[in-house]
Amino acid sequence: MNYSGFRVFWEGLTGNAGWKPAWRDPDPRAEYDIVIVGGGGHGLATAYYLAKEFGQRNIAVVEKGWIGSGNVGRNTTIVRSNYLLPGNEPFYEFSLKLWEGLEQDFNFNAMVSQRGIVNLYHSDAQRDAFARRGNAMRLAGADAVLLDQDGIRELCPFLDFDNARFPIRGGLWQPRGGTVRHDAVAWGYARGADKNGVDILQNCEVTGFQIDNGVCKGVETSRGKIRAKKVAVCVAGSSSRVMERAGMRLPIESHVLQAFVTEGLKPIIPGVITFGAGHFYVSQSDKGGLVFGGDIDGYNTYAQRGNLPVVEDVCEGGMAIMPMIGRARVLRMWGGVVDMSMDGSPFIDKTAIEGLYFNGGWCYGGFKATPASGYCYAHLIARGEPHPVAVDYRLDRFRHGAMIDEKGAGAQPNLH
Amino acid sequence: MIIEHPLLGPRDAAEFTYLGDAAMIDRPDWQSGDAIREFHDYLYLRDNPAGEHRELWFHEQGDRSWLVVTRNTTTHEITKVELARDTALASGRHR
Repeated sequence: MNYSGFRVFWEGLTGNAGWKPAWRDPDPRAEYDIVIVGGGGHGLATAYYLAKEFGQRNIAVVEKGWIGSGNVGRNTTIVRSNYLLPGNEPFYEFSLKLWEGLEQDFNFNAMVSQRGIVNLYHSDAQRDAFARRGNAMRLAGADAVLLDQDGIRELCPFLDFDNARFPIRGGLWQPRGGTVRHDAVAWGYARGADKNGVDILQNCEVTGFQIDNGVCKGVETSRGKIRAKKVAVCVAGSSSRVMERAGMRLPIESHVLQAFVTEGLKPIIPGVITFGAGHFYVSQSDKGGLVFGGDIDGYNTYAQRGNLPVVEDVCEGGMAIMPMIGRARVLRMWGGVVDMSMDGSPFIDKTAIEGLYFNGGWCYGGFKATPASGYCYAHLIARGEPHPVAVDYRLDRFRHGAMIDEKGAGAQPNLH
Repeated sequence: MIIEHPLLGPRDAAEFTYLGDAAMIDRPDWQSGDAIREFHDYLYLRDNPAGEHRELWFHEQGDRSWLVVTRNTTTHEITKVELARDTALASGRHR
């Protein structure tokens, strides 16, 4: 069934009797060509592009809980491509371009809203760094505008420009950045994949891998053994736990990132605003709630909740740039477990085990990467070689000194 | 989280900075024939368990001692806190 305005109108006239479930709930088959482990945004996107763009058939996505129950439903929904390094920027720009065409492509309203993202700067040195970043973005085909204080005043007149400690001097603006309805991304990809014949197997936890002489031949799950020619793991947040079952140690630590939503307010925040002197970012959801967050908590954890010192730090950041936020009341806060990698950048690669692929290490930035991650992972699985924008996301890059360290923080995951 | 400091008693975790897995106390032997691989694994690979985890915390806002904290990564419950110095000496490190 195709979704359209006409369809909504027609169903309205006929008692909404024609809507059907958006995807099937099949039983696992004994064998697939490709099994994708993890039914989050990235796993479902991978299945979708494998079927639609790379002509693969006979694919299953296995998910421990229900699809979209992990980080794709726990993030702050921001999309952007404002990276600096050549290993990253073309990939994220590719992702932003996929976001721009996504809703037409998979025929689902993901509420892609390009309201712009502005990174504030507070000093001359930071202005120089942002000018450099903006140039790097433009070289990769992205959009970037360096704004002075007047430019920022026009966008966000409510900021505390003359803050005594961190006055706002200007910002780097990416007009094409914005937000996307996160759950709808998982649902849209799931529906699109299902339409192309992918079996989505929920409540199906992978408990082990069938590895024979260095070749992966399938997975053991809570719903029985499934043979597969290729197994693609895509479980950021739980990567170490899952890959341990294949005998692999990863350059990853699991950390918790907290997020917050206030009560619904009238439209006030034009796009996404980030603080340049601390860690704080804020946008406003379509329901009106201010959605904001900041640093990760900074210690290894698999608990989907954080601690209060970071709550305080995030709120201080908010008060520092827009004191009016102190009038808003926080309704909800939650945490998501993220794969923090050793250089702050992700992995999309084969492993040393033939037929076993790995995608993970997305740190706190996996949501914006969803379309490109799925597309590039599908490219790697189908063609056996990395997509041109994802060639640097190798698992062995630390061995060769080829890390992609945007922040220059070194092998210290909680500093990225 | 409250960390039960062996010398100072209960302290807020916010006084500390976090380094990571306490296995980092044991540096590989730089003269080993396989030193390059061992240092790669030491620097970049982590066990990252869900459950009990021994980890290094630095009391930066306090007495600046390094602690080995045994903490559950699924509940945040802290079951044991030792001075990293004691742990290192007990494992045969001489300084």
